This record gives sequence, structure tokens and C-alpha cells, in this order.
Amino acid sequence: MLAYIVRRLLYAIPILIGVNLLTFSLFFLVNSPDDMARMHLGMKRVTPEAIVKWKQERGYDKPLMYNANISGLGAFTDTIFFEKSVSLFAFNFGSADDGRDIGFDISQRMWPSLAIAVPVFIVGILVNITFAMLLAFFRATYIDIWGVVLCVVLMSISALFYIIGGQFLIGKLLHLVPISGYDTGLSAVKFLILPVIIGIIGGIGAGSRWYRTIFLEEINRDYVRTARAKGLSELAVLFRHVLKNAMIPILTGAVVVIPALFMGSLLLESFFGIPGLGSYTIDAIRNQDFAIVRAMVFLGSVLYIFGLILTDISYTLVDPRIRLD
Amino acid sequence: MSKKFWLSPLLLVIGMSTLLAVLPGMLGVKPVVLWTDRFIYLLVVAVIFLIAYIRHKPHLRQPWRHVLNNRQAMVAAVILCAYVAVGLLDSIHYRQPLQGEKAHNGEKLYSVEVFSALDALLSHLRERVEKTYSAPFAYRLYSMETMIASDGSQYRAYPRLKYGAAHLQDPASQRGRDILFKTLLGAGQGLIIFAVSVLLLLAYLARSQALSFKQAWRQCWRAESASALRIVLYTLAVLMVLSSVVWKLSFFYHVFGTDKVGQDVLYLALKSIRTGLVIGTLTTMIMLPFAILLGIMAGYFRGWVDDLIQYIYTTLSSVPSILLIAAAVLSIQVYMTNHPELFESVRDQADLKLLALCVVLGITSWTGLCRLLRGETLKLREMDYIQAATAFGVGRFTIIVRHLLPNVLHIVLIMVVLDFSGLVLAEAVLSYIGIGVDPSTISWGNMINGARLELAREPIVWWSLVAAFVFMFTLVLAANLFSDAVRDAFDPHLNMRDKT
Repeated sequence: MLAYIVRRLLYAIPILIGVNLLTFSLFFLVNSPDDMARMHLGMKRVTPEAIVKWKQERGYDKPLMYNANISGLGAFTDTIFFEKSVSLFAFNFGSADDGRDIGFDISQRMWPSLAIAVPVFIVGILVNITFAMLLAFFRATYIDIWGVVLCVVLMSISALFYIIGGQFLIGKLLHLVPISGYDTGLSAVKFLILPVIIGIIGGIGAGSRWYRTIFLEEINRDYVRTARAKGLSELAVLFRHVLKNAMIPILTGAVVVIPALFMGSLLLESFFGIPGLGSYTIDAIRNQDFAIVRAMVFLGSVLYIFGLILTDISYTLVDPRIRLD
Repeated sequence: MSKKFWLSPLLLVIGMSTLLAVLPGMLGVKPVVLWTDRFIYLLVVAVIFLIAYIRHKPHLRQPWRHVLNNRQAMVAAVILCAYVAVGLLDSIHYRQPLQGEKAHNGEKLYSVEVFSALDALLSHLRERVEKTYSAPFAYRLYSMETMIASDGSQYRAYPRLKYGAAHLQDPASQRGRDILFKTLLGAGQGLIIFAVSVLLLLAYLARSQALSFKQAWRQCWRAESASALRIVLYTLAVLMVLSSVVWKLSFFYHVFGTDKVGQDVLYLALKSIRTGLVIGTLTTMIMLPFAILLGIMAGYFRGWVDDLIQYIYTTLSSVPSILLIAAAVLSIQVYMTNHPELFESVRDQADLKLLALCVVLGITSWTGLCRLLRGETLKLREMDYIQAATAFGVGRFTIIVRHLLPNVLHIVLIMVVLDFSGLVLAEAVLSYIGIGVDPSTISWGNMINGARLELAREPIVWWSLVAAFVFMFTLVLAANLFSDAVRDAFDPHLNMRDKT
């Protein structure tokens, strides 16, 4: 198992290098640092001096790949590529446009993100599985048919509508919770409850339908027929046999996103004014802060690859037949 | 059925393109073809040929017959067709001649503004711009203004709208009755149009199947086999009555109100349809050739080709898609601001930005299809008929084109249909984040984005938000229902819909 994990980690390196090269070419090759400076400074008051100053402040004044002025190893390390891209591997994210350290900001903003993403994830999965089990229990009846129609309707509603509608109904009309904001400690709960509920409702449609197909696939297997034949009640069949055997496809979808929970939810955080990584990313995109976007792209892919490894490990936990070597 | 299935679609396409080429000259306008228009025309031609091809091949006709007999799917299809019709009308662009002005060499001069056929049809909506917000069916403006009374004193009141309900003397008392009257009138007209079209359809049915008119009538309304046709007709009836009512009312009122700069919200919502459809269809169309080619190549050639292609799509899919889109759109924005000389007009730039967004979305979404196609090709290449073809010395290229491609096409079709609704929804989210379509392009995302802050006002400005959501929801719901039917018909065991 350990050998397997180490091998998977090694496989991740070329992929991360690829991601790194991709972002590097998007941000530095397609557009030179001069272009970025001009865009940032606005087209009118661009002087060559201002561009040079802008580049100097951000460390973009070095050569891209190869520094001919310095001999030896420095020719490769004293370049934009090394300082901005390779250093990401050491999780050294550099500083944002306003001079703040990105690594520090990420470590601070991680917690509010988790405070929303973890409840949405856990409660969401439980709700979806319960609903899907209900549909599977009543399969091929009107409850099932209309349940699926309801799922399709729920899926067809824009996430923006859930958020805006929820804020409007609960926050503005009923005045149950504040519309947006954040607080530290336990008093954060009243700010978190609405986004969490909206996040869960927004995911019910697609989630339940997905789990329902998984359950229905299992329900037609032979072992289920055997279980029924030996006299088990339908509920016992569903919970003791179907649910257990459906764990593999459920885990495939669910475990991958666990590490990505750190990244937070872009929309929820930005609408509810929660200072997490999601709103951090959106603000960075709106302010065109390329350093933060680069850092988040890299972090996102690291977490995704980590999630894939976790998925494989989780298989061995639910299915003893699977061995990773 | 004739052997040459391509003959009649070819005639249709030639006819349509001559019409498009001749009509602007007759109307005295100058045709403008935007970049997205070109792709849309290409798509239309491709779909026409595809339909003819499918009708020609029995094994392809069979699953589509399932879809055609699915009542839910047919209702959805009618609604989709209505959307597509609006979108296509909005994709024929032209420039109007300037009145009375001629360049010194005697050539006609054309206005800079680019209009579409839809604009021409809805000119009464486009031109009647109020000052600012007004509620649906309102006769007064949303905000108070200082006005001067006849005796010279100043007072504050809600001014009457310039166009909305302007035909009424005393709107407060007359409006309700007027709206009811016009609604009934519109509904009546809609029903008449519907009845005429049903009669025409029956006459066609009677002719083509050599029945008497009465028999055709009975077959259409009674026969068990025509239940899907009936539901299509009901949907059409509802659609025709609804649109006829709205059409009638739109001449006298702002049916969905007006937005901040006084534009009619109904007009904006209708114009957004094209943007939504372009994002939903062009994205998949752009990525399709790459996904198919690379997926089949990876599965068929194996070895280092497979390794390389797998590496590319794993790398691309490991970046969270929204961040990849953000990164790509940001660098495109930088590129466009720094190269303004590449674009003829602002309209041109907005259009190319829409196309660029489609390309970017395509790049992030082709990996799923590519992975599926690789897996399927891996399975297929061990099949007997491929082995036999190899043994006969059929070339690799021929095997791919003649044996592998036709056998993975159902996966491609299912994915294209499934992706559509997600892409339409994504447009709104991307516009909110600020990496969507150009702010000058009319889209549901931009409408929602502009309207969402107005919810805090008192009284609430809810209409443009609701209009955008309703139009978007109808399209996405119809697309979802339709795609479910397509998936069930083509591959009941393949559940490829990702959780996302």
C-alpha cells in the first residue's frame, strides 16, 4: 500500500509540471509582462517608466526562461519562470498585487471556507442518499416518477437563483438571518446557516438522481434477488445489501472532492460575504490579480490529484477484495 | 427511400443560402456575417445533413423513433425548437443604409449599427426606450420626478411612461379592462393561427398517406400511435396562444417592464436566447473534433500515443475547470485590450470574445468525452470485426473512419446533448464572476448580474431578474428532459452523467 501511494505521488509530479507550464504559458507567453502592466495601468497613463516600475514591484522584470546576464545556475534561477512557477512546488506563492503574502492569506481564509464546505458536503451527501433511497424504494411508482421529474426541475434552476432567492426570502422578507457577513467563533453560525442550506438544496437535484441510478443498477443484481428470496424485508435489502455494494461508485464521486473542499464555494462565499478562499479567488479574478489566480490553479490541481489518491485508498477500506500494489 | 440521401438536404441548403444571399439586396440592406454566425450556419447545415443521413439508415432511425414517441421529450423538443427559431432569427445580421447620404464615389453608405432579423421583427420593442425602470404593465415610471404644474408650481410625482400604456386616457381605471381585452384578442388570434396550421398539417397528412381528410383527422386525434403527435400539437397551441398574447400586448405595454436604462426586458430576454444557444452548441462543436480524434487515437494506437494523450487530458482535467476558464479568459482579455487593431468594431470584438469563451469552455470540457471515447475504443478494437478488418489488410485510417467512428457516435451524441444545459447555466455563473461574455453582449448572465443589486431597492425591482431566470429555466429544463430521452433511447445502460 505504501509503495502504491509513493508511486502515485511520483505520477503526480509530471502532471503538476504540466499544470505549471500551462499556467506559465497562459500568463507569461501569450501575454508578455509588458502587456499585463499596460492592462493594469489602464491604456491612457501608460509610460515606459510606469511599466518598468509596475514590473519591478512584482518581480516581472526578469527574463522569462534564461537569464543570459548571470552565469552558472543563476541563469536559470534568476528568471520569471523559476521564481513564479517553479517556486509553487515549494508552496511558495509569492505576494499578491496589494503586497500581502498569498500563502498566509490562504492559510487564514481556509477556515471560513471549510466551515461552509464541510457541512454542505456531509449533510448534502446524507440528504441526497436518503432521497435517492426513497426513490429506489418506491421505484417504478408515481412517487419515483415525480421524484425524478422534481430532480430534473431542481437541476434546471440556476445556482444563482437559489442564492438570490434564498437571500431574498429568508434574509430580507423573513429577517431570520443576516443577509451576508461573517464573524469569528460560534457567532459565525448565524451567518453560515443560510449558505449551507442553500448549498445543500442546490445540490439535491443532480445528486439524488445520480445516486438513484447507482442504487437501481445494484437493485437488479442477483445477490439482491437472493436476499429477497431468503425473506429479508425490502428495507433490510436496501440498507444492508444495496447501500453497502453501492459504496464503490458513491466513493468514486464523493472522495475526490474532499480535498477540494478547502477551495470553498465560489458563488456561496462571494454572495454571502464570507472571507474564504472562494471569495478570495473571485476577488482576484475581478481585480485581475494574476499571482493569486496562478496560486489557486496550482493549489486546486494539487488537491485534485490528492483526492484521486484518497479515492483509491478509500476503495480498499470499503471493499476488502481491492488491493493496491 | 432514394439512395442519394444527400440530394434533398443539398437542395434545401442551396435554397436557403440563395435566399440569404438575395434577400438583403432586395431589401436594400448590407448583410453582415459575424464569426459566431458562420459557425451557426455551419452547424445548421451539418444538422440538416445529419437528419437526412439518419432518416436514410434504419439502425439510426430506430432509437430516434423512441425519442419521437416519448411524450415528455416531444414537448421539450417543441420548446427547444421555439428557442432555436428565435436564436436563428437573431443570427442573420445586416446593416441599414443611411438615408439620403452617399459617399462621393456614389456608393451607398450604411449605418455602423448591426441589427439582426430579430431586431427588425421586434423593432417596436427595441425603439421604445423609457427613461429608467418601470414595472411590468406599468403606466408610470418607477422613480419620482420633479414636474411643473400648469400654474408654474413644482411638485414631485411619478411621470407617465412615454410608450407603456400611452394609448390610454385614464390608465388607472382603464388599464385592467384594456389588458384583459387585448389578452383575449391575442389569444383568439393565436388560436386561429393554430387552427390554420393544424388544417394545413392534416391536409399534408391526408395527401402524403392517400387518406381522406376525415380519416386523417381521425388518425391524428384518436389513434393510439399518434399520442406523441397530439401532445406536440397541444404544446404548439399553448406556445402560439402565449406568444400571440405577448406579441399583442407588447405593442402597448412593457410586458416584462423595463430595465435601468429603460430598455424593454422582454426584448433583452429574447436577445439573450442567441447567446445561450451559442454557448451551449458552439462550445461542444468546437471541442468535438479534438475529443473524437484524440480519444479514438489513444484507444486504437495505444503505446506512446495513448500515454501522451492521457497525460494531456489528465493535466487539463486536474485544474479546477472554473480556474482554468478564469486563467484563460483573463489572458484573452489582456490580449484583446493590447491588440485593439484586430477588431473592426466593438460589436466585432464582443462577438469574438463570445467565440473565445466557447473555445475556452470547450478546452475545459473535452476531457470527459475524450476519456470515454478512449475507453470505448479500447473495447472495440478487440472486437472480431475490427480484427477481421485488420487481417484483411485494411489501413489504420480506414478502420478508424469506417469502423470505429460510426460505433462510438452514439456516445458523442449523448454527451453533446447532456452538455448543453450545463453550458447554458454556466454562462450565467461566469458572467457573475466577471469572466463571461462581454458586458455589451445581451445575455441572461449579464441581465441577472445587472439586476441582482436592485433587489435591495424599495419597492423591489424584481422583473428583469425573474424574466432572465424564467427564460433560462425553460430552456434548460427542456434541454434536460430532451437529453434524458435521447440517452435512454441510445444507451439505457450507459450512465455517464457526472455528478456535476
